[in-house]
Amino acid sequence: MTAPTYDLGKLHGGLRLPGHKTASTAAPIRDVPIPSQLVLPITQHVGDPAQPVVGTGDRVLKGQVVAEPDGTLGAPVHASSSGKVIAIEPWPVSRRYGDSAPCIIIECDGEDRAAENDGRSADFLSLQPADLLLRLLDGGIVGLGGAVFPTAQKLMQARTCKIETLILNGVECEPYISCDDMLMRERGAEILSGAQILMHAMQIESCYVAVESDKVEALHSLGDALAELGDDRLVLKQVPTIYPSGGEDQLVQLVTNREVPSGGLPTDVGCLVQNVGTAAAVHDWIIRHEPLISRVTTVAGDGIANPMNVRARIGTTIGDVVEFTGGYAERADHLIIGGPMTGKSMSTDLVPLVKATNSILVVLKTSFQGRELPCIRCGDCASVCPVQLLPQQLFWHARADNEAKLREFGLIDCIECGCCDLVCPSHIPLTANFQIAKGRIQELADEKARAERARRRFEARNERLEQEKQDRETELARQKETAKQAGPAAIAEILKRKQQQREDD
Amino acid sequence: MEFTRRPSPYWSARVAVPALMLQVLAALVPAAIAHIWFFGPGFIFNLLVASVFAVGGEWLMMVLRKRPPEVALGDYTALVTAALLAFAVPSLTPWWVTATGALFAIVVAKHLYGGIGFNIFNPAMAGYVVILIAFPMHLNLWIAPRIGDIDYQYLTVLQTLKYTLTGSLPDALGFDAVSRATPLDVMKSGLNGMRTVSEIRANPIMGDFGGRGWEWIGNFLAIGGFWLLIKKIIRWHIPVGVGVGLLLPATIMYLVDPGSHPSPGFHLFSGATILCAFFIATDPVSAATSPKGRLVYGFGIGLLIFCIRTWGSYADGVAFAVLVMNMAVPAIDLVTRPHIVGHPRNRGKSP
Repeated sequence: MTAPTYDLGKLHGGLRLPGHKTASTAAPIRDVPIPSQLVLPITQHVGDPAQPVVGTGDRVLKGQVVAEPDGTLGAPVHASSSGKVIAIEPWPVSRRYGDSAPCIIIECDGEDRAAENDGRSADFLSLQPADLLLRLLDGGIVGLGGAVFPTAQKLMQARTCKIETLILNGVECEPYISCDDMLMRERGAEILSGAQILMHAMQIESCYVAVESDKVEALHSLGDALAELGDDRLVLKQVPTIYPSGGEDQLVQLVTNREVPSGGLPTDVGCLVQNVGTAAAVHDWIIRHEPLISRVTTVAGDGIANPMNVRARIGTTIGDVVEFTGGYAERADHLIIGGPMTGKSMSTDLVPLVKATNSILVVLKTSFQGRELPCIRCGDCASVCPVQLLPQQLFWHARADNEAKLREFGLIDCIECGCCDLVCPSHIPLTANFQIAKGRIQELADEKARAERARRRFEARNERLEQEKQDRETELARQKETAKQAGPAAIAEILKRKQQQREDD
Repeated sequence: MEFTRRPSPYWSARVAVPALMLQVLAALVPAAIAHIWFFGPGFIFNLLVASVFAVGGEWLMMVLRKRPPEVALGDYTALVTAALLAFAVPSLTPWWVTATGALFAIVVAKHLYGGIGFNIFNPAMAGYVVILIAFPMHLNLWIAPRIGDIDYQYLTVLQTLKYTLTGSLPDALGFDAVSRATPLDVMKSGLNGMRTVSEIRANPIMGDFGGRGWEWIGNFLAIGGFWLLIKKIIRWHIPVGVGVGLLLPATIMYLVDPGSHPSPGFHLFSGATILCAFFIATDPVSAATSPKGRLVYGFGIGLLIFCIRTWGSYADGVAFAVLVMNMAVPAIDLVTRPHIVGHPRNRGKSP
């Protein structure tokens, strides 16, 4: 069956990119065996780092919590197999900023013994939504589309808004990546079950499952699963195959024709967006009591001998995953975690696969872009920008470090999709420039905030000193006045009392 | 295993400025051949002179500005400027006139403003206007098109070359023998002489719409222009803007008073209208950038061309119209900024 495409909103610009997805979707998802060693970063989510609750030498079981969330925003980390903690130390990671982070390193015993099931009921409908949210908190589930925002907290935040629609994001518009596609083909029913859990937790009655039109098999699989489920609150929605239609705000715009306000969230327009992988993880946790300890990831690119999708334990190093698939091709030169448009380039394959790792892309040594030439103002960048920015003007202001203009021209609205880079005839690395400019604006803001705090502290101190001085003066004046009114007798009385006090001491 | 790092995205652009410029040059080839066919080999000499001085000027300025000259020479923009200038000057033009235009275009209008990407004015048009003002006599000397029964003394290749090099005609010939007023000149002087459009159009140099020969060059320019549109090297906004800006007032005036106003077809196929719409006004550096801005920019150029042709003292006004609108570009860009997704719609236009 084909999902209907109807009343879709309009997305400005975007690009039709070659998919490069057939190689990795030819065979079913394969399971990567237990590695000899697991590297579990304590920060695999947006927010505060989790705090390790195990020590070196401790034995851990599969599914056991090894780091607890600490702070207002966070998610626990679970051991993805059984073994012994051999170290808690910094290790290279694939984070957006910074190159290494504290990791819990587990030597696996290969037995994969699971922690005791706490015997909780899988009947989520009998739970109060609030209790369901609390339970989700313990599953270590974060947004698996790449943003890794702790899911339970995203839901709790959304509960404060009026949410009408849950949108399951199965768009996966970036080239090469096909892990969500494969998941939808193989586990459509589980994804829909996850959606039902999320809908119960949020008490919402409408869910769109958005899938790109080129994912025919996934559409079929989900369509069949929907027919079997017979839940008419869930609707399959086919969206056009245009990059970056899978961006959260872009998808909301496509599906509901509402623009997410600048600096706001989809919840501001009544939508909650969850990745299909996240929905499956919710199902695994609530129904099967398995926390987020593994994920499907795409291993692809010309630098990979056998492109495929694999399910690997969180903490398996990229090197181990690639080796399982059959190793690197000759002349592999760039290792990218994520897709070719927004991924992050790594210097080593020692980095572990984390909750965010949706793709391992290895590309060959090629002469990338030619020489960077001056901008000729052709405006092609603006015509492909999904946020309708003027990248060319932004670039100009970024070069001039003009913060006010950068703000006015919407630098913070840039989603860093990379479309402008791809059409620039002058080969200007626009996105990289914008990332740097954003960093600088953030620095400036931090600087300002620091200066403001210091100023306020200083002023408060001055005020306090002034107040104390005044208080002392008024008190003194009051005492003098009292003494004057009471006359010499009272003064003698006071002196006598003081004398008495001294003697008592 | 160790890998090399670089920033995202990891795909390279499929387009490049040099390739774009080569395609613009390629799109001019049919019209160039037509030009040579109708107006003789002078075009080739002018193109050579303009190219040598444009490229030489570019090299010189890059050296003086202590930048690698191969970068500027490798983008072929100087050649595009030279080609546009060669289309703008009459086929009989002494070399120093063309050279002055090419040098002014590259040295002053382009590099003194910061080189490619930073020039406010369209270099070719700036260069053309300078020689139009400095050498008015040379730039009005168009030979008659080699078509049909126009009574005309043709120059040989060598005679043309000699004129280009020395500025003098063979002894037996005077300027009157070889030159003809352009259709726009004929129209302008005819209307000034209180004759009606239909009387003026009886002149043998007039064709179906514009001037004979000129129309054909226009057709070939349009073919090149449509090819650029199909290849998405230029966008439709500026050509459409120019067309509407020129043809809308021309049509209205023609309908009101066909005796003293030439038809919109005449405007379209005369002078540099089509060259302007597809090749001159579409220079991205000196044009507005947003789609809406480009419509406004193109419309302004078209309207100014109409005004100059109708009420100005120059027969054609393309170069002046383009330069005036170049000046308006910053303002146009400011007021035609697109709505940023997620920002309030009713935001004031001014910053």
